[in-house]
Amino acid sequence: MSESKLPVSTIPALRFAFDRSLVIAFACIILMLLGGALYSREFLSPEYLLQQLQISAFLGIIASGAMMVILIGHIDLSIPWTVTLGAMMATAVAGWFGETGNLIAIPVGILCGAMVGLLNGLGVAYLRLPSMIFTLGMNAVVQGLMVLHTGGFAPQDHATDAMHFLAVGRPIFGIPNALLIWVVVGAFTIFLLTRTAFGRRVYAVGNREAAAYLSGVNTNAVIIWCFVLSGAAAAFAGVLLAGYSTKAYQAMGDPYLLPAIAAVVLGGTNILGGRGNYLGTIAGVILITLLQSILAVMQMPEAGRQIIYGVVILVMLLAYGRGEIDRK
Amino acid sequence: MNDLRHRIHHNGGLLAAIGLFIVMFIIYVSNHPVGLTAAVATTASNKAVLLALVAMAQTLPVLTRGLDLSVGMVFILANCLASVLVVGTIGEGFAGIALVLGVGALAGFINGAIIVWGRLQPIITTLATGAVYYGIALYVRPGPGGDVQSDIADFATGQLFGIIPTALVVLLAIVLIVWLPYRNSVLGRAAYAVGSNEQAAYMSGVPVQRAKLLAYTLAGLLAAIGGLMLTFNTYSGEASAPIASTYTLNSIAAVVIGGTSLFGGWGSAVGSIFGAFVLRTIEDLLFVFDLDPLWQPLFQGVVLLAAVSLGALRVLRIRNRLELFA
Repeated sequence: MSESKLPVSTIPALRFAFDRSLVIAFACIILMLLGGALYSREFLSPEYLLQQLQISAFLGIIASGAMMVILIGHIDLSIPWTVTLGAMMATAVAGWFGETGNLIAIPVGILCGAMVGLLNGLGVAYLRLPSMIFTLGMNAVVQGLMVLHTGGFAPQDHATDAMHFLAVGRPIFGIPNALLIWVVVGAFTIFLLTRTAFGRRVYAVGNREAAAYLSGVNTNAVIIWCFVLSGAAAAFAGVLLAGYSTKAYQAMGDPYLLPAIAAVVLGGTNILGGRGNYLGTIAGVILITLLQSILAVMQMPEAGRQIIYGVVILVMLLAYGRGEIDRK
Repeated sequence: MNDLRHRIHHNGGLLAAIGLFIVMFIIYVSNHPVGLTAAVATTASNKAVLLALVAMAQTLPVLTRGLDLSVGMVFILANCLASVLVVGTIGEGFAGIALVLGVGALAGFINGAIIVWGRLQPIITTLATGAVYYGIALYVRPGPGGDVQSDIADFATGQLFGIIPTALVVLLAIVLIVWLPYRNSVLGRAAYAVGSNEQAAYMSGVPVQRAKLLAYTLAGLLAAIGGLMLTFNTYSGEASAPIASTYTLNSIAAVVIGGTSLFGGWGSAVGSIFGAFVLRTIEDLLFVFDLDPLWQPLFQGVVLLAAVSLGALRVLRIRNRLELFA
């Protein structure tokens, strides 16, 4: 049987094209750019667009991890301090171990985030606690650790050259490194979700965990891995953010929780799990970044920004279609 | 006898929270350099009542198997509004209070309306409306400041008959005037039914939509009362995102410690009050035992995590593994 006889619906690229939320999300991105262009021509310049993509890369990496957790029907509220943890541990290790420290700084930062994710996963999978409350507690614990860490040991807080290079360097055709990293992370996520058995299991657990369990899926392992990936992604973004702003500081991850969840949900991923694709998350991340940028360029005060931000999320979600009514 | 045993079993979470609070409060008072004077009790209850009110607010949506991530923002919004509206003569002050409470209830109603008629998930809805409410709070009060009618404020944060902290009386009054009638009303019982099993409730003719709307509206109202009390304590308003999110997070923790199930249909707002008292007493204990301030956030985090992990005891009772996935 030749390839061309496969039914159309098995080709993921074509399935994406008919997703309603995806169409709306991308239409909104274009509308926003055009609307911005009316305000100032700068909005369509390649330099502005590249810069927006560079900024959105950080959110994109965090959202990749957040999406894995949302797909299995859970939520990771420990993202803010995991981002900060990744940044602080990476810079601290660079300070403690000198030359070798510079080499291992980035892996250590990511590993610390993965450890937080592992604990989250263990709590949710084996203790069967609601992820919302357990990751919230975890966030508080990590915050406490970081206050102790910075206050008690006065570690190095400025980023290494490598971190700075990864976050702001543009060696290849002027394309920002951060964007390239997001492309790699994104490609890996798409591969994981669409081309591996693990990806299938993620969707299965998100749809109905009991059914997945009865079908022989080790659902606890799936849950733990998703949280580990989320923690690692958040910490990696923290490492890059430290490179971007040249230092790690308290609460640097706080502004990323709501945008990350909003980006995933605006991308059409079901907050209850089981449905969603990564292309939508990309659209959601770009949408959120553009929205923030346009509001900033228009010099909208913080109050107006928050209001518009919340209203846009609500209106878009209502436009995606209301949830199914639960009373068959 | 059987009835008593049934009642104890039914209120296990509440009784555990009350017991924990009493033990911790005794340790706190016996180690306090001054001991239990009216002033110490008033300060402690003024702080604790704020979280207790927000935790009560959080309980109502949780009982319907929902969640309100905007309670902290409504709390802050009421605080900022009160610092503008509750000024002038005592009469004007009370008019301002009514207005603030109305706005709080309206904020809650909007949450409920979007969830019921818009059919969006409570988490994401209240996350987004929370941003809007915070924006409005910031618009009302861009920088910290403002004022509040001092007679009302002094009364609400002082003592009745020189002994009883007024804040506790206010809290008790709210339990008697708002919670108990609600708990025994048709819509209150409907909220429990919806939280247990929404489909079964609907099939039995329970007014599902009105129950949810009322739960979120009352949550907004209670959070606004909390915001008012905050204003009476600080004599000013501040649109602070960290304070808002701290209160939202702690309200969820207080609800869990107070024995209310996050899966809905089980628990009470009175439990949440004691859950809030437990959380506040932990902070006070750290203070009297003179713990290094650097260690305090970590200690609080560990206690919070340990407290919510108590919910894992449920796993031990489950006989069929499949029940785990419910």
